[in-house]
Amino acid sequence: MSTPSAAAPRRRRAAGGLGYALLGAAGLGAVLALWWIATEALPRDGSFARMFAPGPTFAALGELVGGRDLPLHVMVSLKRIAVGLALALAIGVPLGLAVGASARLEAATTPAFQLLRMISPLSWMPIAVMTFGVGDAPIYFLLTFAAVWPIVLNTAAGVRQLDRRWLLLAESLAATKAETLGRIVLPGVMAHVLTGLRLAIGISWIVLVPCEMLGVSAGLGYFILDTRDRLAYPELMATVLVIGVLGFLLDGAARWAHRRWAPAV
Amino acid sequence: MSAALQADGVAVRYPGAAAPVLADFDLAVAPGEIVALLGPSGVGKSSLLRVLGGLQAPSAGAVTAGGVAVHAPQPRIAVAFQDPGLLPWLTLEANVAFGLDFKRQPARSKAERQALVDAAIAEVGLDAARKLHPAALSGGMAQRTALARCLARRPEVLLLDEPFGALDEVTRADMQRLLLKVVADHGAAALIITHDIDEALALADRVVLLGGAPARAIGEWPIALPHPRDDAIAETGALRVEILTALRAAIRPH
Repeated sequence: MSTPSAAAPRRRRAAGGLGYALLGAAGLGAVLALWWIATEALPRDGSFARMFAPGPTFAALGELVGGRDLPLHVMVSLKRIAVGLALALAIGVPLGLAVGASARLEAATTPAFQLLRMISPLSWMPIAVMTFGVGDAPIYFLLTFAAVWPIVLNTAAGVRQLDRRWLLLAESLAATKAETLGRIVLPGVMAHVLTGLRLAIGISWIVLVPCEMLGVSAGLGYFILDTRDRLAYPELMATVLVIGVLGFLLDGAARWAHRRWAPAV
Repeated sequence: MSAALQADGVAVRYPGAAAPVLADFDLAVAPGEIVALLGPSGVGKSSLLRVLGGLQAPSAGAVTAGGVAVHAPQPRIAVAFQDPGLLPWLTLEANVAFGLDFKRQPARSKAERQALVDAAIAEVGLDAARKLHPAALSGGMAQRTALARCLARRPEVLLLDEPFGALDEVTRADMQRLLLKVVADHGAAALIITHDIDEALALADRVVLLGGAPARAIGEWPIALPHPRDDAIAETGALRVEILTALRAAIRPH
């Protein structure tokens, strides 16, 4: 889909694309160098810090990726993220549509949402475990609780910014409520929902690891503690690296989805 | 034969306003006739169009289309607004087809709907662009698409609210020719709201001037010139002055 209005910035991005990619790679290289300096160049021989150095870490990573444990923990974690996001979408989109459509409901809910949103989801953890027991349920609850707010708030903002002309069009075509919702409102707020989803993915991924440190026996958070208990520090560092790379890829996927499905307004 | 569109004693009142903005408005548009509704801004033209299209109830009077009372939007009346209002997530083709399958529209099979869409796109000359999205369309193409969306529904009445106001001179002349052609081909009645005298003179079989407070029809001029009027437009010079004088008089009392 080529658009005249988007063509100019796109050209600039294409011309600077390689340069920017090289700059990005240089930034990653700098992080790698700092890591190496902090764990290998500066510490004395036999120092504890050397266990976390890039060399041993990448060696451990190679073994972990080829092994059985890490892929299992990754799959468990990704499944929890997927369930949490699905629940957050199922709750957040209808709620956001309602809040965006009604000024009264918005007035009634905004302070409450802003308050609840600012409570770190992790602070609910003991209560969640007491309520839902150990296992996946409290993690689903916490992830949903973390992810639902950006989806609600962005969906509501999307409804408020719906183009009046589209609603006028629906009206002049004698659209039913369901047709207006399904054919105008939902596609019209899709860009905002996807923006909310992208934020939600970031928050979920950050909240996931500490969530998995309590009451479960699988997942990346559990595996972090497991490597610590086994004193397998290169593996611990490799897992940290995996968490970063997976988060990076998840965000990339969210950005791609946004480009793919958000209307080119 | 009943008028394609008829207004009897229509009054329009803004919500909360004490006095109507427009009152005692009578108009009958015959099939195939193009009427231009001319008036200064703020005279209630767009509200009147909403009432005529069944989007808003008149505070007094009645509207009928083909002898049937208009209480709600209906398939026989198509409304086109100044802004094409295309849906950016749909292709041109899907925009033209939009709404044809709605529950309150006449029941048509998928093949019938596709045939209507194909015919409408061909009529406005956009066959090559049917898979494009609105962001890739020029202003003129977008306005053509909006017109095709109206035509696909085979309306008996076309209500156009400053349809070409945002277009450049050449594109506007283009769209005016196209509108004349489709109105002639479909035999539809067309009511064009405009503040542009030249547009009214180029298109209309009849010009109705709105003015006063509350506004009512304060003048009416039949224009019995053949289309296209590119060559005959000089003959409208005297009429133009006359209408312009009346329009100025309608603005001055405020």
